[in-house]
Amino acid sequence: MKRRKFDLAATPGKAAVGVDDRFQVATPLRKLLNKVFPDHWSFLLGEIALFSFVVLLLTGVFLTFFYEPAMTEVVYDGSFAPLQGTPMSAAYASSLDISFDVRGGLVMRQMHHWAALLFMAAIVVHMLRVFFTGAFRKPRETNWIIGSLLFWVGFLAGFTGYSLPDDGLSGTGLRIASAIMLSIPVIGSWVTSSIFGGEFPGTIIISRFFIAHVLLIPGLLVALISVHLGLVFKQKHTQWPGPGRTNNNVVGERMFPRYALKQGGFFMVVFGVIALMGGLFQINPIWLFGPYEAWVVSAASQPDWYVMFLDGSTRLMPAWEINIPLGDGYVIPPLFWPTVVLPGILVGLSTMYPFLEARHLKDRKSHNLLERPRDAPARTAVGAMAVSFYIVLTLSGANDVIADKFQISLNAMTWAGRIGLLVVPPLAYYVTYRLCLGLQQHDREVLAHGVETGIIRRLPDGRFVEVHQPLSASNGHADGHGQLDYVGWVVPKKMNRLGALGPAIRGFFYPIEKPVEAPVSPGHPPVEARPEREEIGSGESRR
Amino acid sequence: MTSDNDRRRGLLARLRERPAARSRGRRRLGAAVRLIAALMLAGGAYTVFAPGAQAQDNPQLTGAAAEGKALFDVSCVTCHGRNAQGVEGRGPSLIGVGAASVEFQVSSGRMPLARQEAQAHRKPPVFTDEQTRQLAQYIQELGGGPVVPEGDDLREDGNIASGGELFRINCSQCHAFGGGGGALSSGKFAPSLHPATDRQIYAAMLSGPQNMPVFGDNQLRPEQKADIIAYIQETLKHDQDPGGFNLGRYGPSTEGLAIFLVGIVALVFASLWIAGKS
Repeated sequence: MKRRKFDLAATPGKAAVGVDDRFQVATPLRKLLNKVFPDHWSFLLGEIALFSFVVLLLTGVFLTFFYEPAMTEVVYDGSFAPLQGTPMSAAYASSLDISFDVRGGLVMRQMHHWAALLFMAAIVVHMLRVFFTGAFRKPRETNWIIGSLLFWVGFLAGFTGYSLPDDGLSGTGLRIASAIMLSIPVIGSWVTSSIFGGEFPGTIIISRFFIAHVLLIPGLLVALISVHLGLVFKQKHTQWPGPGRTNNNVVGERMFPRYALKQGGFFMVVFGVIALMGGLFQINPIWLFGPYEAWVVSAASQPDWYVMFLDGSTRLMPAWEINIPLGDGYVIPPLFWPTVVLPGILVGLSTMYPFLEARHLKDRKSHNLLERPRDAPARTAVGAMAVSFYIVLTLSGANDVIADKFQISLNAMTWAGRIGLLVVPPLAYYVTYRLCLGLQQHDREVLAHGVETGIIRRLPDGRFVEVHQPLSASNGHADGHGQLDYVGWVVPKKMNRLGALGPAIRGFFYPIEKPVEAPVSPGHPPVEARPEREEIGSGESRR
Repeated sequence: MTSDNDRRRGLLARLRERPAARSRGRRRLGAAVRLIAALMLAGGAYTVFAPGAQAQDNPQLTGAAAEGKALFDVSCVTCHGRNAQGVEGRGPSLIGVGAASVEFQVSSGRMPLARQEAQAHRKPPVFTDEQTRQLAQYIQELGGGPVVPEGDDLREDGNIASGGELFRINCSQCHAFGGGGGALSSGKFAPSLHPATDRQIYAAMLSGPQNMPVFGDNQLRPEQKADIIAYIQETLKHDQDPGGFNLGRYGPSTEGLAIFLVGIVALVFASLWIAGKS
């Protein structure tokens, strides 16, 4: 009997044929795997958010195995001695158990929290990239709106998760949240009592936040992220202008194998960074905050960074109370404006921005090519204005820590924030606008006159001029200048950038290829070493 | 009947009656003696109850207090005045602040003050322990006041769990949950508790220095003070952070800084690296 030879190399092919025979997936899959993604480092920022969301799901599932979402009072008897015998809620006790008595629990909790901060940070950084390059323009306005909503849903996810341990710090945050809800005119007290099931804090809020945090909000996030990615597939990714790249094509790498492998590697890097931070940096030490009691509050009680701008706006708001003499008298507390009205305006402005800009510029075309920030000075300046507004508010949210550690008066910090909030954004607008114009002008200058060589030549009449290396042949122009159009991409501004837009020597930590010999232009003979000069002396021999 | 009558007429009537039987000379002599006796009584009572003019100049100080007065007259008199009664616009009166206050301010280097500002800062102390005790003794003998108990270890048998609860209720709103201190209004602040000794924390609670309220023995009993000191010294200062580097225990503000400076920076470099490999 002839022994059948097993051909290892043919196995995957045979298996694939088998699958295709049964499911007929080859054609759609080929289309998918051949999909081309443009390649630029800034296109990977959104993936950081996606991957940290995956880490959040993984670590979050681990935490739910040990967390008990109940406000029933228990007496702690775990291994953290300074809290033994303290009455606390079951939620707080189980969070302490995760931190001290569950193997690997603390690192999981810390990874979860760091991943949450990273998720929000990556969303913001990705959003800035999309904004400053004009990637939100038609046809991608919907995806911009979904992205903005992802920030606010992530904000809710963060806040509900931050409240779950029921520690002293998060309880303070919850108290503020209830005050914010109460400040809403007319419906405030109904909203608060329906969310808290009566007066703050009640006995139900932790269970409600738990189900919101592990089911409703993640479900919403998954749905929004799926639509977000689906639209990127459908509408194709934007790309930078450059050789061979037009508004109607996509130049880049195929999904499989290169792009998929790169993304897989990047996921590992993101996971690794989160794991390192979870293991090395302590975050949210709930055992120091103690259980939440209504009479306990600590100095430097801040929310996580992405909520801090609301804390800042509250700290800067003057105590302007509006009394309406209706019936028994009605009061709109000052808290209403910085914590309900301001975020409302911000949501509206940020989601509607693509339409506002298109309307302002009367621009109805589709844009698949990105714009460099300098080429849209007004948009870049508006973005700088928004960023500076947000930064002033965020810094004001931590103004007591800054005041204490840098020994500044807290009152001075508050006033600096109030004045800064009005002065810094317009200043940022002006400075950014001028910077953009300056950079544009320099690009045009290099295109017209060439790259500065650093060679200074003295003319026969005694003048000194710098020699410029033109970027193109003179084409019969008398002054030696060629005519080059700006194509919206990097203009080489140094001699070693000429001829190649990428780095001259490739490699990240060390060169992966031998640098080529410096090319010798026929017009310019290679520079010889300078002859040794003789010392100019008086002519007398010193010896 | 007569005795009854006498009693009814009363004592005054009988006294009035008697001199009539005496000679005029004896009556005058008696009046003079009574006057002198009354004057002596009034004068004597005055000398007993009124503070003597001499007592203010030469108080009966013990040896240590006398040494302390010598130090006081050199280093403290500018702002607190010649008899520690205070100088308007410079320094408060020290009458009645007690040895606890002196011990806190001088042993933590806050006094002598470097300059007039919102609040005194902790500095390396100018006086030795011995000198601090002498100054404290002097102020104590001048006006009395709270005194820190003897001994360097004031947290004996302190219960850290109850201390933690008391700390979170009474201390953390200014000194923060980690004891790192916090800002108060107009440049004032609650200092970090990390350099403080047992005696300094006890003295601060007793005397309420600067903006701190006084936690007298009827607000926090001595054993509760020991609990708080035990919590600060053993949990906040000597406990290792189980989660790694604590980022200064400033709460979410430094955590937010860390996610951008470490997390985002590392991942932007990673994306530059990955995108560069094409």
